[in-house]
Amino acid sequence: MAFNTFYNEILTDHNMHPGNKHKIEDPTYELEGVNPSCGDDIVLQLKVSDDDTIEDAAFVGDGCAISQASADMMCDLIKGQKKEEALRLGDIFLRMIKGEASQEEIDELDEAGCLVDISHMPARVKCAVLGWHTLDEIFKKNS
Amino acid sequence: MRVIDEERALELRKDFPLIDGSKGIYIDNAATTQKASCVLDAVRDYYLNANANPYRGVYDLSVRATEAHESARRAAAEFIHAGRPEEIIFTRNATESLNLVAFSLSELLLEPGDEILITVFEHHSNMLPWQQAAKRHGAVLRYIECEQDGTITEENFRSMLTPKTKIVSMAQVSNVLGRQYDIKKFAQIAHENGSVFVADGAQSVPHIPVDVQDLDVDFLAFSGHKMYGPMGIGVLYGKMEYLEKMPPFLTGGEMIEYVRRDGATFAEVPHKFEAGTVNVGGAVGLEAAIRYIQSIGLDAISQREEMLASYAMEKMTQIEGVHILGSADPKEHTGILTFTLDDVHPHDVATILDADGIAVRAGHHCAQPLMAFIKKADGRPVMATTRASFSFYNTKEEIDRFAASLAQIRRKMGYGI
Repeated sequence: MAFNTFYNEILTDHNMHPGNKHKIEDPTYELEGVNPSCGDDIVLQLKVSDDDTIEDAAFVGDGCAISQASADMMCDLIKGQKKEEALRLGDIFLRMIKGEASQEEIDELDEAGCLVDISHMPARVKCAVLGWHTLDEIFKKNS
Repeated sequence: MRVIDEERALELRKDFPLIDGSKGIYIDNAATTQKASCVLDAVRDYYLNANANPYRGVYDLSVRATEAHESARRAAAEFIHAGRPEEIIFTRNATESLNLVAFSLSELLLEPGDEILITVFEHHSNMLPWQQAAKRHGAVLRYIECEQDGTITEENFRSMLTPKTKIVSMAQVSNVLGRQYDIKKFAQIAHENGSVFVADGAQSVPHIPVDVQDLDVDFLAFSGHKMYGPMGIGVLYGKMEYLEKMPPFLTGGEMIEYVRRDGATFAEVPHKFEAGTVNVGGAVGLEAAIRYIQSIGLDAISQREEMLASYAMEKMTQIEGVHILGSADPKEHTGILTFTLDDVHPHDVATILDADGIAVRAGHHCAQPLMAFIKKADGRPVMATTRASFSFYNTKEEIDRFAASLAQIRRKMGYGI
């Protein structure tokens, strides 16, 4: 089973040394995402230019390794991307978690693709998707 | 009393098909226990041989269903030493029992400005019904704060009572800390103050002998599914003097005498509080579970569970980064060990233990105010924890494997040991 390899180096490294876990000065958008049942709690901040390019992405918060590492990997992935591209990647991520994404699509997610086995762990899905849902909400609220 | 040693525990495990011979380790018994074969057989036997709608039919089969339900009531009364079977009301679970008493007792007693007193460590099921009752009646809900290890002194308890305190409700055993509270003493103090005392017995009744007359509590709630019985059956014990005066909680079929267009008169206690077709199968299963526990002996069960907690504590405290909540004395844990592991979130702890086939509970244990109240060494609230809870059927070998798996988690998460 995937469990024994699930907490791999990519995940634990992003959890212990999250490069994007800090505050951004003058963020364009900011939104809190919470999983009430387990207490995962993040605030996602984005700096977005006039042409909808995500110039910077960061988060602060508390939670399990999966929620924190997933948010950190997401920030790595969406920085420098256009809003539409970030949302497209988010859609792939959410489909990956449901076990519905192709391998080619998962490859596009770079390190975040290491969370593919979450699809076999229903109790942890909400941890993995917290950052991505918050990203989706930010753009929904500000479109 | 026949002591439950390892050999006897392995023998008793044969009564639980789900865990007997299983490689998995089930140590989430405070959430729900596994079900004994005799319980499942009793439920099946009822539905195969005596099923009909009880209390209504004049035919023989209905009479037998009624008798099955009433037999379970007598068994539950005997088990907690209630004065009479009519003081036993069947519900779905301890949560429903507490909702019933919170609703109906507050209808009877509360005036605006009155106070309800509970503790900060209550399970949400002994907290939210009182929050709602306080809102409905303009009453004030007050919380007794415990020490960080969960103790509540008599002095602290007394200091929270006022002439307006109409109701006091607290757990006999905390579902997080496993600590047992001297509710006999607290009930006596509450009574001296003129307050009614409600006890949540969800975590005590399955593990220690409980005698409601000796404790002199006015109400006691517990669940069948935490004591080897089926899900969907629970009990509210209440003193007749209150039950007779309290208005009903749920209304409808089975709980009436006469119904007119403009009103109704209600059935006698306990039927007044058992609206709708009752869960006879569940009650029959609960009776079988009670008989099963009695055949093993609650003294033997509590001794075994204390030994397991003691053994597990010894192993766990040797693991770097493990901090057990509550008392340092395993006698004060009722088989429940809730802990934190430095740097690792409880959900990650539980997922990694699950990979080794070990079932524990992680999260806030339906006690969020307690999780916010208990502080870590750095002064921040724990917010979430991991809980291992043992039953007599667990073995030392299982605890060895649990401890071995737990000892690897920080390393697996990248933290050096």
